[in-house]
Amino acid sequence: MIKVKNLHKSFDQLKVLRGMTTSIGKGEVVVIIGASGSGKSTFLRCLNLLEIPQKGEIFVDGIDICAPGVNLNLVRQNTGMVFQHFNLFPHKTALENISLAPLKVKKMAPQEAKKLALTQLERVGLRDKENAYPRHLSGGQQQRVAIARALAMQPKVMLFDEPTSALDPEMIKEVLNVMKQMARDGMTMVVVSHEMGFAREAADRVIFLDEGVIVEEGPPEQVFFHPQLPRTKEFLSQIL
Amino acid sequence: MKFLDYSVIIKNWPFLMLGLRETLRISSLAVTMGFCIGSFVALARLSRSHMLKLLSGAYIEFIRGTPLLVQLFILYYGLPQLGINLDRRAAAAIGLSINSGAYVAEIVRAGIQSIDKGQMEAARSLGMSGTMAMIYVILPQAFRRVIPPLVNELIMLIKDSSLLSVIALTELMRAGEHIRTRTYKDFEIFTFIALVYFVITYTLSKILGYLERRLQVSD
Repeated sequence: MIKVKNLHKSFDQLKVLRGMTTSIGKGEVVVIIGASGSGKSTFLRCLNLLEIPQKGEIFVDGIDICAPGVNLNLVRQNTGMVFQHFNLFPHKTALENISLAPLKVKKMAPQEAKKLALTQLERVGLRDKENAYPRHLSGGQQQRVAIARALAMQPKVMLFDEPTSALDPEMIKEVLNVMKQMARDGMTMVVVSHEMGFAREAADRVIFLDEGVIVEEGPPEQVFFHPQLPRTKEFLSQIL
Repeated sequence: MKFLDYSVIIKNWPFLMLGLRETLRISSLAVTMGFCIGSFVALARLSRSHMLKLLSGAYIEFIRGTPLLVQLFILYYGLPQLGINLDRRAAAAIGLSINSGAYVAEIVRAGIQSIDKGQMEAARSLGMSGTMAMIYVILPQAFRRVIPPLVNELIMLIKDSSLLSVIALTELMRAGEHIRTRTYKDFEIFTFIALVYFVITYTLSKILGYLERRLQVSD
């Protein structure tokens, strides 16, 4: 589903990604861990071109998304993104947040878009919140609406950028549960997160990123409990 | 103290109301135009094009840096020398709109820049084009946020419209001057005119304040 070859990205003098190479299969759930500044978020943001890499290739569903003349807006429709701070549109209700892009980007009929939005709200367990504005929702509910919003575009891949880092502990679970359900439904997911419980239960693979390259990767049990490299051990000892 | 005679207001009521009508007409026209000009100039200023940035920046700086009175004189008394003859109403409307546009542009630009950049990212990540994201996500939030400074600008504009009296447009202020030259009741006339301006601006500020609160509820 995703193929990344020798990906480089720097901001001015700062080299963030220094030649990342990996591939992610259809339906695979990959969790990316690493210290702050290791390039996790940048990598994720390159996958839907919120950041444009300087060098390297990214294929999503067989399309070279870094090729010149590629339609950015079309690429992004295939890759839904969930942000750390939700980024819901505060002037729109939960329902409007979800139906906006299908209406405007896919030119869906209003009735159809509404139906789709309600289905997605149902899916994240917030059917009764259709008319609520984001500020009337808890953090966990906002993040679930944000997930529903991304899903409404029927993406082939879902990207999660620290989806639970801004949440109070009691709300993390409700968001993770929605994500686990998505994983069971066969969605291809790339998740930047240090939620070990989620990784162990739902991830097929954990990638440890350090200084812009993949240092170690493997099944969650192996990376978390039997890391091979000292750098990985050191990092894990800090977060566990 | 001489005796004050406010009957001069009653006697000249229809004429004063004609002036008021002109003030309201030209102000509402200039507010609408100024808002449109300002919004487009703000977008130009934030665009990636160096040319647009330069032009919009120059416009804003020039208009803000010169008196409205001078701008009106250039339009109405200066331009005919170049063969461009604007009638007084056109000169007034254009002058006031262009002037207000510069201030509105800065207000709207600040509003747009105050919106968290995560909003643009979220919109783009859903496949919206930059223009779409601007129209449906950024601008509605930005405009809500800048209602107070925009109301301020509206009130300034209504008061500034009194300057139009110098290019012979018979709005409220000039209507007063006409009556004054006939009656010499300066105090009565201008206190009344001040009161009229105050009633307009105060009412508007109250109505828009109410609207602002209404909009915030759904925010």
